[in-house]
Amino acid sequence: MAETALRVELVAADRVVWSGDANIVVARTVEGDVGILANHAPMLAVLAQGTVEVTTTENESWVAVVDSGFLSVAGNRVSILSEHAQMSHEIDLEKAKSDLERARSAGEDDSEAADAVALAQAKIRAVEKAS
Amino acid sequence: MAVSLREMRARIKSVQATKQITRAMELIAASRIIKARSRAQAAAPYARELTRAVSAVATYSNVDHPLTTEPQDPKRAAVLIVTSDRGLAGAYSSSVIREAERLREKLRGDGRDVDLYVSGRKGVSYYTFRQQALVESWTGFSDAPTYDAAREIADALIAAFTSDESEEASVDEVHVVYTRFKSMLVQEPTAVRLLPLEVVEGESRPEADEVLPLYEFEPSAADVLDALLPRYVQSRIFFCLLQASASELAARQRAMKSATDNAEELIKKYTQDANQARQAGITQEISEIVGGVNALADANAGSE
Repeated sequence: MAETALRVELVAADRVVWSGDANIVVARTVEGDVGILANHAPMLAVLAQGTVEVTTTENESWVAVVDSGFLSVAGNRVSILSEHAQMSHEIDLEKAKSDLERARSAGEDDSEAADAVALAQAKIRAVEKAS
Repeated sequence: MAVSLREMRARIKSVQATKQITRAMELIAASRIIKARSRAQAAAPYARELTRAVSAVATYSNVDHPLTTEPQDPKRAAVLIVTSDRGLAGAYSSSVIREAERLREKLRGDGRDVDLYVSGRKGVSYYTFRQQALVESWTGFSDAPTYDAAREIADALIAAFTSDESEEASVDEVHVVYTRFKSMLVQEPTAVRLLPLEVVEGESRPEADEVLPLYEFEPSAADVLDALLPRYVQSRIFFCLLQASASELAARQRAMKSATDNAEELIKKYTQDANQARQAGITQEISEIVGGVNALADANAGSE
């Protein structure tokens, strides 16, 4: 029996950001992007800062930004764990842009600033993808 | 009656004011408890998924990690004590500290030095008053802990645990003392050993008969474990902080409820005393009048 839907849960440390059924999940791991369809082999991956794209069973798609976290796939259940996760519609684009500017001006060799740049870029990307 | 009626009335008034304050605090605590519990519930899925992932790695790979290896000969232990920032919560903070002291005695008996880490202003002032050194302390979030606070604490503890023997703050095990929220009426100070980690425990562990799938790891089992375990520690500490905050609020609500009840009792007693004083005054006045009238009547009878 091959199921066609994935049960997806996007969980931040202090709340469940989204849960529902989906057809496709695309996420960025530290090794590169992975796409997950139903009946994927069990997997546990470390996520990089970036976006997660999900196409639901109703053929709608949404994008979320995660900072580093995990993706675990097992028995058609996908859980995406991240300390801070945000759906694209929760992101303030203007604020993300100004964050990006500020982080860039802080210098390139600062690892904290580099993280902030990556996060702000991911946020902007997420909003652009969603719209 | 020693105390005058006016003084009694002033006392009643002041107790009434106190009662109003304690009542307000009781209601505030009650409404915050609901929030604290829903926060704890909201954090549960993350802890559950994380526990599943950690147990999956632990079960399906034979990777050793510094955070899970038992030290050969533990000499130093760190104890994290979770107390409250504010008082007026009955015996909440003192019972946690008492539990912590018990653990400390036990560790000392086993021949280990104890490093203290404290969260919450009450605990900090307890130990600074007794001039005992704290390695590190955190304050300002006891009634609404954030994940970032938990991460800060976890990072400090992990750093102490993984640092070299030679370093000053290096410890061989980490314990946490916090108050477990059992119900609105029962909160229990509890001591648990956090590090080295014993995976699969806590409330959200997967069922024993649940079959854990054979995982692919990306990039590798060791790397995944490396990234997972610190988070697992953070999430455990977050869980402790949330439980402690719910317990603190419940303790405060109970303390304030009994304070309100006591104030009511006092008001009742003072009102009775005031009434007695008033009655005594009236009786005295009447007897004075009657005495006066009688004296007048006697004087008149004598003159006629």
